[in-house]
Amino acid sequence: MSMGAITRVSLAKDLRLEWRSKDAINSMVFFALLVVVIFSFSFDPTAEESRHIAGGIVWVAFLFAAVVALNQTWARELRNQVLDAYRVSPAPANSLFLSKALGNFIFVAVLEAVMTPLFMVFYNLRSIGPAYELAVVAVLATWALVVNGTFFAAMSIRTRSREVMLPLILFPISIPALLAMVSATTAILTGEGAFRFWMVLLAVYDVVFTTVCLLLFETVLHAE
Amino acid sequence: MRRTFVILALLTFGLLTYALYEGLVAAPTEQTMGEVQRIFYYHVPSAITAFTLFLINFAVSIVYLARRSPRADALAVSTAEVGVVFCTVVLVTGPLWARPVWGIWWTWDARLTSTLLLWLIYVSYLILRRYSTSGQTPVIAAVLAVFGFLDVPFVYLANRLFRTQHPQPVYFGGPGSGADPRMTYALLMNMAAFFAFAALVVWLRFRLERARQDFEETQALESLIQPDVRSPR
Amino acid sequence: MKFLYAAYAATWVIHITYLTVLSRRFRRLRDEMQEFRKK
Repeated sequence: MSMGAITRVSLAKDLRLEWRSKDAINSMVFFALLVVVIFSFSFDPTAEESRHIAGGIVWVAFLFAAVVALNQTWARELRNQVLDAYRVSPAPANSLFLSKALGNFIFVAVLEAVMTPLFMVFYNLRSIGPAYELAVVAVLATWALVVNGTFFAAMSIRTRSREVMLPLILFPISIPALLAMVSATTAILTGEGAFRFWMVLLAVYDVVFTTVCLLLFETVLHAE
Repeated sequence: MRRTFVILALLTFGLLTYALYEGLVAAPTEQTMGEVQRIFYYHVPSAITAFTLFLINFAVSIVYLARRSPRADALAVSTAEVGVVFCTVVLVTGPLWARPVWGIWWTWDARLTSTLLLWLIYVSYLILRRYSTSGQTPVIAAVLAVFGFLDVPFVYLANRLFRTQHPQPVYFGGPGSGADPRMTYALLMNMAAFFAFAALVVWLRFRLERARQDFEETQALESLIQPDVRSPR
Repeated sequence: MKFLYAAYAATWVIHITYLTVLSRRFRRLRDEMQEFRKK
């Protein structure tokens, strides 16, 4: 089977399993909602300035919710010794990685699709720039979080306090991407700021780290 | 080995003392900031040293991934730890310089924020090493080191643009602007001194790590040869 | 200026603290090795 075929099959399996249990999606949505509500206590969400802060809050909420999804990325594989099987099989390690990353991407994207209308309502947001730009930011930003997140989740499998270790090593490295996605979103919502620069930065970040992940995943898989 | 170390340690100590004198006394006082500016002679060399150590960590981590040599791993953890120490110095001397000059302890300006992020990345590396229960910790750590260092250009770029969009205190650019040669000399002396000091400390940490590696290997071999020494005859 | 001396002092406090930590680790390793050799 080709790498593409294996990736698609693995991805389909993960999506099917998630669709049946809806484990990850439910906890993610609820978590994101909680973050939004809690943040709203610290400032008046309807004031004019909220437009400047909303971008940051939205992505922090998505980030924390994404961590919920990322933490359970490899849980099923661990429980059933699937990783050992993968290590021995001739299937390329990257197809496993890509299927997991794409699966997480879809989960987080669904979360974003569900939460965005809610955000717009809660914070009275309208995008001043063209709205399709928001979609582009969302795609690039989500991939940036998910590609590194899936990889780091694999790295933190054999650590004490695994669920804490993942955000601990993921967040510092993700900060430039977070800065970019927040700034880009704010630029769209307020109509000011160097939107193009942030997009290019995000895109380059995505390319660089996707490449590194693909290059090094096999190493990590065999090291576990 | 021991004698070389003592000689180098003494040389370093001498260099540090000389550099201290140059920075504290011999270099002329800066016009705008006054005596406080002399912190510069400790702050900047520490930053450059920290960055160099992290660069070495990156290179050595790649070597480890290619060759799996224990010495590479020992050097990786040594440079990371000492790098974090120097980075801490930068983060402490920075605010101590900022407070009298700008009136505020901390400012989210590009350079200080980037240094903070660098510190966070390598502290997370050290924490991963400590909390990993895998037998292959050095491999995982080396991978994280690669990610971490590749992130550095993004950290600097992102912070630079972000901070130029917001009003921020201007770095009265060191005395490099309108460079008095004695100031440059003091800076270079301190850089040489701290480089030598860093090399020394990294060497110590390296020896410690190698000793521990050897000891653990010996322990492992022992338990293979004598599985259970406690069984009574 | 106080800040100047504080900065220089802090620098060396940090370095000396780390060196102390290192020497403690050296000592602990040596103790462990002695324990091991006794067995």
